[in-house]
Amino acid sequence: MSRGRGNSRKFQVVGHRQGGIETRNPDWRPTASLEALQVRARLLAEIRAYFAGAGVLEVETPACSFHAATDPALDSFRISYTGPGAPAGRPLYLHCSPEFPMKRLLAAGSGAIYQICKVFRDGERGRLHNPEFSLLEWYRPGLDHHGLMAEVADLVNRVLPESRPVEYLSYAEAFQRRLGLDPHAATMAELRACAAGQGIPEAGALELPSRDAWLDLLLTHCIEPGLGRGCLCFVYDYPASQASLARIRPGDPPLAERFELYVEGMELANGFHELTDAAEQRRRFERELGRRRAQRRHAVPIDENLLAALEAGLPDCAGVALGVDRLLMQITGAQRIDEVLAFPLERA
Amino acid sequence: MASYSTNEFKGGLKIMIDGDPCSIIENEFVKPGKGQAFNRVKIRNLKTGRVIERTYKSGESVEAADVVETDLQYLYNDGEFWYFMDPETYEQVSADAAAVGDAAKWLKDQDICTVTLWNGVPIIVEAPNFVILTVTDTDPGLKGDTSGGGGKPATLETGAVVRVPLFVQIGEAIKVDTRSGEYVSRAGK
Repeated sequence: MSRGRGNSRKFQVVGHRQGGIETRNPDWRPTASLEALQVRARLLAEIRAYFAGAGVLEVETPACSFHAATDPALDSFRISYTGPGAPAGRPLYLHCSPEFPMKRLLAAGSGAIYQICKVFRDGERGRLHNPEFSLLEWYRPGLDHHGLMAEVADLVNRVLPESRPVEYLSYAEAFQRRLGLDPHAATMAELRACAAGQGIPEAGALELPSRDAWLDLLLTHCIEPGLGRGCLCFVYDYPASQASLARIRPGDPPLAERFELYVEGMELANGFHELTDAAEQRRRFERELGRRRAQRRHAVPIDENLLAALEAGLPDCAGVALGVDRLLMQITGAQRIDEVLAFPLERA
Repeated sequence: MASYSTNEFKGGLKIMIDGDPCSIIENEFVKPGKGQAFNRVKIRNLKTGRVIERTYKSGESVEAADVVETDLQYLYNDGEFWYFMDPETYEQVSADAAAVGDAAKWLKDQDICTVTLWNGVPIIVEAPNFVILTVTDTDPGLKGDTSGGGGKPATLETGAVVRVPLFVQIGEAIKVDTRSGEYVSRAGK
């Protein structure tokens, strides 16, 4: 079960069951090696030291909220609070990221802040996914997405065993280079034809809900695996339709000031030059809720506290969320997220 | 019709693809942080043995294949079909050459084989890992060897030809590993 590198230290089974006696249920054991857990502890200390040195304040915000992310690509776990103030029980959601309350802190004048916390996403489990995982999220007032990309690169290169060169690639360049296709102009039919031509089997039969889903298919199947080979690769300037909470720069085409970091084919971080316009934010929430309804997905309450904070004034800032477990995979050479988690879903 | 959602995908699950029964070998969940989730699966077509890759939108459903593996006793071959019987119910099924494939050269009546049935019809026949068969023909002239050396070809009662040590003679029973097609030992009767 321990799948650390060659000389990694394994947990020793202690007590009376030692000596080859198998327990009936081996799932009590961790899937990570002891060494991986030690690397995790060191990484968390290094991150905290980095931000302490940079004058960025560590904060904590609620993991349970009365509001939830409206993003149709995310599903929040729904729980319930019953007690003083809510005798009949009131729905609560486990956060998908600490973004909304952290922006409220920024609007309240916190200055640069960061948080390391567990976040929760229903429906996500695989080689690189566990429904509960650790996120490092930070915000830098006064920086745009380019400024923040440079800081992300600096931090990641400090914690990786060896510093890597940094590559910056626009979303359009990434598609152009690998597929010879303009992701901003291509029609759904052209994207489908491209997928079929790339040997994605039965792309002709696949029913995808949107142009963006086709772009996601091409990105995940054809482009991602080649990104960040031997380097840190930032992809930036996304289609406006994939802006999420990033601001959109007007132009032809308009572009979302959003970026992702890839290392060895793995998505490691997602960042924005943050949208600060409360009216535009409300329109996006409502559009996303409309899409959730159309997909017959759970409707979630819009975070009115965030909108009020934006109205009060969010400073011009950039923010990023970085997957700590995946960063650990990169540091330890793990192939599966389970190798860096003490107890993944099945053993939780 | 029974179906499976992508959330049920795992190694060994039997699903229908393009009208053929298939078995999932590997299932990978692929999802950008802010985007569409996919299940990328590696699948073996149980009729042809070919391995293919498929991508599904997560949450989609796929038709289930009615495939079961069962241990059946081989009875006989009538030149066109190979007949098998369930040793408990005495029910019989017939398998064609495509289903029996390479296993044909190891099949000896009464042996228990693993048969994969799709909608009750055999699509894969696996010979037992080890079979005991009688040598019907081999060069008798080469004697005096122990077990070393190159050996010699021997034809077995089922028609299969295997390399055997020089001391093995016509009429002797030998044990063969059907997965490698190699001689294992002599088998005293």
